Amino acid sequence: MVELLPGNMARVSVGGAGQLASLALVEGVVVGDYVLLHVGFAISRIDEAEARTTMARIAEFAGR
Amino acid sequence: MRFIEEYRDSGLAHDLAAAIAAACQPQRDYVLMEVCGGHTHSFARHGLEELLPERVRLVHGPGCPVCVLPAGRIDAAIALARNSDVILCSYGDMMRVPGSKRATLIAAKAVGADVRMVLSTLDALGIARANPEREVVFLGIGFETTAPGTAVALQIARSDRLTNFSVLNNHLLTPPAIRAVLAMPADTPLHGLIAPGHVSAVIGTRVYDEFAVGGQAVVVAGFEPLDLLQSVLMLIRQINAGVARVENGYSRALNADGNRLALAAIAETMPGRRAFEWRGFGLLPESGMQIAEDFAEFDAERRFALNYVSVPDPKSCICADVVRGARVPEACKLFGTVCTPDDPVGPCMVSSEGACAAQWRYGRHRLAPSGEQISA
Repeated sequence: MVELLPGNMARVSVGGAGQLASLALVEGVVVGDYVLLHVGFAISRIDEAEARTTMARIAEFAGR
Repeated sequence: MRFIEEYRDSGLAHDLAAAIAAACQPQRDYVLMEVCGGHTHSFARHGLEELLPERVRLVHGPGCPVCVLPAGRIDAAIALARNSDVILCSYGDMMRVPGSKRATLIAAKAVGADVRMVLSTLDALGIARANPEREVVFLGIGFETTAPGTAVALQIARSDRLTNFSVLNNHLLTPPAIRAVLAMPADTPLHGLIAPGHVSAVIGTRVYDEFAVGGQAVVVAGFEPLDLLQSVLMLIRQINAGVARVENGYSRALNADGNRLALAAIAETMPGRRAFEWRGFGLLPESGMQIAEDFAEFDAERRFALNYVSVPDPKSCICADVVRGARVPEACKLFGTVCTPDDPVGPCMVSSEGACAAQWRYGRHRLAPSGEQISA
C-alpha cells in the first residue's frame, strides 16, 4: 500500500509496479500494509504476526 | 517481495520434502486434492510434485472457474458480443476459451465484435460511462474470490444510475463443487483436501467443517512452495493420526469467518442460489449465484432475454473428467497434439488455472521419454 486515493482507492506496488486498487472490500488498511489483491480489489490485509507464526511452524517442520 | 520470497526458500523446501517423506507410513497412500487451479499451477511451476514421495499423489480439482464453465455459457457470451449495440468486457482469461466449434471471444473480436479486456469490474464501469450510447456487458465469471468485485460494480451501477451496464453472471460457489467431487468416490478416492487460498479469504475456513465431519482432512493453503509443502505435511499428519479437521495454513491472509464486507456485498447483490450446469458435473443444485431482484435491470440474462442452451463438450476432449480429478491431462489423446495453449480444444488447456495448461507448460519434460528409453 503506497498511497490512499479518493473514492476508497489506493495506489499499490505489485513487485515494484504501480497499480490502482479498490479498498471497498477491506477495513482499516493504512499505507505500508500488505494486502492480498484480486482483480483490482484488495480482499484481505496480510497479518504480520500470523506470517511469523507460519514461518516458525515451517522451520519447525523442516527440523530447523 | 515481502511475504512471498521467504516462502520460496529452496533449502527449507527440501527439508520440508524430507520431513514429508519421513512422515509417510509404509503400505499407505495419501491421495490429496488441490481444489484450486491456482494451487495446481503453483505445484507445477515450482516442480513440487517431484519433491514428493510416490506415496503422496496429488489430484487436480474443480477450482478453475473457466474450466468448469460449459461451452454453452461461452457461446452465450460470444453471441452477446456479436450484438452491435454491445461492448462485452471480460477478464483476459476468458478471451481464448473455446465455446462450441472452437469459437472464442478473441476470434469474434477479430471479425468486428467489440470485446474489451479489463483487469477489474471498475474498468468496465468506466467503459460504460464513456459510452452512454452503447450497452456495456461485463462477463462475470469466477468463484467467491471474483464475485465481490462484480458485487461492488452492481452496487455502484445502481447508486450511479448507470442505465447501460449489466452483468452476464456466471459466478459459482466452491462448496457445491467439493461436495460433488466427494460424492463420486469411485472417480476420485481422496484422503485430504488442500483448500483454496483466495476463495477462503472471502468465505472463511469454517465452511469446510462439513467436509472434515465427512472424514476429509482439510488444510487451507497459500500459494508459495513452502505454503503448499507445509499443507501436504499437515494433511499427512492428520491422516496418520486418524483425524479429520480443518486447519488454516494461510492464517496471514485469512481466518475462519472470511471477509465480512465481501460477503455482505455478495449477499446484497447476488443472494440467491440457482442450479447451474458445470462441465464435468452436470446440473448442480444451488451452485451458482443469482442476481437479486433489486438489481434485475443489471442482469444481462434478463435485459437481453437470454435462455441458456446446453451444448455437448468438444469431441474427444476430456476436460469434463480432468476437472473432477478422474483423469489426468496426459490421458487425453488431444493433449499436446490437436490441443495446445495456442490452439486449445478445451478450456483446461487455455486457462491460467487449468490442469492441462499446467501440465503443458511445466510438466511435459516428465512425460518425455528418458535417454535410456530412447537408446533402447
